[in-house]
Amino acid sequence: MKPIIKVGIWIMGLALVVAVPMAQVVAAEQAAPANAPANAPANANVNVNKFNRLMKTKEERNLPPSQDGIHDPAGEGANLLQPPRDAFGSLPTSTSGNYIDWVKALGENKITPRYDRLNPKEEAVVFDLDIVREVKGSMPDVVYPHDRHTMWLDCSNCHPDIFVPEKGKNQISMAQILMGQKCGVCHGKVAFPVSECRRCHSKKKEAAAAKPSGGK
Amino acid sequence: MAVRRFRERFIRYLLVVALLAGGWMMGWSQEAKAEYGDIVINNASDKAGMRPAIFPHWFHRIRFRCKVCHADLGFKFQAGGNQINMLKIIDGEFCGACHNGEIAWSVENCDVCHSGKPGTPTQVHGSTVQKLLGGSKAAPVGK
Repeated sequence: MKPIIKVGIWIMGLALVVAVPMAQVVAAEQAAPANAPANAPANANVNVNKFNRLMKTKEERNLPPSQDGIHDPAGEGANLLQPPRDAFGSLPTSTSGNYIDWVKALGENKITPRYDRLNPKEEAVVFDLDIVREVKGSMPDVVYPHDRHTMWLDCSNCHPDIFVPEKGKNQISMAQILMGQKCGVCHGKVAFPVSECRRCHSKKKEAAAAKPSGGK
Repeated sequence: MAVRRFRERFIRYLLVVALLAGGWMMGWSQEAKAEYGDIVINNASDKAGMRPAIFPHWFHRIRFRCKVCHADLGFKFQAGGNQINMLKIIDGEFCGACHNGEIAWSVENCDVCHSGKPGTPTQVHGSTVQKLLGGSKAAPVGK
């Protein structure tokens, strides 16, 4: 009997040695409230049949850095950084990305980002030319507005590396864009993502408009 | 009598350990809710024992047009694709063009940039590529 008890005590000791640091890790994780909703499957407090369970609720968007899951709440920096909501308060909203309509925010002078690193007064060189790209399939044609892009970017950002500045010289597919190429170098990373179909596919097809639906 | 009590306790301990381990693993697999376009740069940080650096695009685009960094300062459109190191920064390249104590706060504020959870891979947070290729394991894709 006695050796069995000894072994039992040893195993309990080992279990304690394993459990204590783990409990500390768990406690540290739970200290960051952002982690709480994500624990949903294991956590009885969270509604497993939440409506639209894969979508972020308004409360889960634009979280402060200490709660956003990639900043380390144990570091000083996470608490010094500005929470996005503080900055976004007065900006026009959108339905994806940061949930901010950045082009509108700039157009309405809600933000005044510098065009030059040092000179806050330098004006952007805006180039106003719309490019229409006829697309295959049923989707409306794409209108690419240079003006909204040159408000932010320089010509050299896109030409000639990403887009050859010549009509008909650029093959673009949604697959490329989804994989972060062509328009997807920015759209789907920092600019609005491809879920906003109609913001690019915005021009009704002339042929399709004339034809009855489902035409030959 | 004593043996049975020990067995019960032992099983209880095992259960607690299993639950804690489960919770711990859940904690790691959870989806982060950081800001769209946040760039995690972990080319060298983990190896050097620093937290990975996080660049918040949203904060910077309120203050600068894309052109300032991506045309004038030569930042490529690729997370982890710019060979940035602290020497270049203190010599005024990349982040150091502004983070020099004149335009923006200087390099002594290590923790403000190096604020990521250790082990977070280089990524464009919330990007379509990341979603398609599965979590933060997805390699960033260039142009």
